[in-house]
Amino acid sequence: MAGGAVVSTVRIPPTLRTATGGEKLVSVPGGTVREVIRGLVDAHPGLESQLLTQDGDLNRFVNAFLNDTDVRHLQALETHVGDGDTLVLLPAMAGG
Amino acid sequence: MTAPTLTPPTWTATPASPAATPAGPAATASHAQRITGMACRNCGLAQPLAVAYVCPACFGPLEVTYDYDVIAATLTRETIASRPPGIWRYLELLPVDAPPARSLPVGSTPLLRSDRLAPVLGVDRLWIKDDTRNPSLSFKDRPAAIAAARAVDFAVPALACASTGNLAGATAAAAAAVGLPAYVFIPADLETAKVDHALSYGATVVPIDGTYDDVNRLCLEIADETGWGFININLRPFYAEGSKTLAYEIAESLGWRSPDVVVAPVASGAMFTRVARGFEELAEIGLIERRPIRFVGGQAAGCSPVATAYEAGTDVIEPVRQPDTIVRSLAIGNPADGRYAVELARDSGGSVEAIADAVTAELIRDVARLEGIFPETAGGVTLGAVAAARRRGVIHKDDEVVALLTGNGLKTPDARTLGVAAGVGLAPVLRPSLSAFEAWLAAQS
Repeated sequence: MAGGAVVSTVRIPPTLRTATGGEKLVSVPGGTVREVIRGLVDAHPGLESQLLTQDGDLNRFVNAFLNDTDVRHLQALETHVGDGDTLVLLPAMAGG
Repeated sequence: MTAPTLTPPTWTATPASPAATPAGPAATASHAQRITGMACRNCGLAQPLAVAYVCPACFGPLEVTYDYDVIAATLTRETIASRPPGIWRYLELLPVDAPPARSLPVGSTPLLRSDRLAPVLGVDRLWIKDDTRNPSLSFKDRPAAIAAARAVDFAVPALACASTGNLAGATAAAAAAVGLPAYVFIPADLETAKVDHALSYGATVVPIDGTYDDVNRLCLEIADETGWGFININLRPFYAEGSKTLAYEIAESLGWRSPDVVVAPVASGAMFTRVARGFEELAEIGLIERRPIRFVGGQAAGCSPVATAYEAGTDVIEPVRQPDTIVRSLAIGNPADGRYAVELARDSGGSVEAIADAVTAELIRDVARLEGIFPETAGGVTLGAVAAARRRGVIHKDDEVVALLTGNGLKTPDARTLGVAAGVGLAPVLRPSLSAFEAWLAAQS
């Protein structure tokens, strides 16, 4: 993959940390948000049903933020991820 | 003729005094019986009551669950009528075990027949639910009271919230009443009156350089790290339930029945959808007859992701990155309950309307001068939604319509002057003499 050498950090919310063995920050390779999330799920298969739909899209109850910007305001799952970027996964059902 | 006013019993409690008990233990179904826990709205997974809001299986929203058979067996119209005013008179339908030891006098706001404003909006029968009169001057006192009560039960060290303004004051006031520190996170460019309001209750206000959605995202992360009770995040399953009391009060004020149409502002969509659930619950336990209600939502045109989805015929919400509206209280670009709000409007035969700021300001002026009620910007949006839904044909001329005015205009004092010359209605400074007054008065004609 084009961005295979790129490694970003994914911040894991408490609800998902049982699937990552309690890890809060996980380093994941990938050149796009989609590749990073795929890589995260490959490393921690317990996350797949929580994060992804059967079609491989992001679960509608999960929002992804790349360097504090909602990826839907960027290029969604196809957003380019640079070395050292931080991807935060958060529940969508909050606030208001 | 004076327009009728339907008001539940008059308040006698002193603010922040120990709340009156609505009913003795024998008359109240216990927690173990009527509150069955929490469950995911998406997948149904049951969870115990806790400071939690996310389903561990699917990431969906957790909600409090009840045994309505138990509630129906104990909660009657007569029981409610015998209780003091306020939201705790509906205790059995709320996610708390008992009325909290300390609570502000929230709820039991009047339902006002608004015959002078009705023709302006094109309807014959209009009621205004005047929720500008709550302790911190908005409906947010309702959900904040529930969340604060639960926060005390869970022994959280502090209350906090992400706010577009009204929740800031409500959280700060509720925290003061229960004796917890409050941390209020707001967009840095929020209206000054709302900031001062929260500060006045002793809260720590944290302005964030960003939109409400930036604030909300940050607060999600802070909630994970601090253990604070964020009223609209990790206490959200309890918080959201507070808005159901609007429906209970409307039904009680109308003599235990529902109106044809309910019109409410939509920000996150939580209040809009919980009002609908409130009516559904009353029908479920037999306190009102089950009949169709159309639910109409209002959003500011400058931040209308839910109205846009409604118009597009989809339930997929495309977030608004940079809201552009004077209606700061509704400026949520990424509404959590947006999908549910669209579904409610569509399934009920209602609509979600996008209202231009100029219309909002004009209707704030209209309702103030015609009915003596001064709402903040969301109220203007709500009234604009009544007129827009009437033009669309969703509301019929002879429908009985209830419009929720959810915040006080003193919070957004500049909004009413949008589109009019400054100082209209304000006389020049006069010398304290009768002749000066008479000269001024003569010049007016």
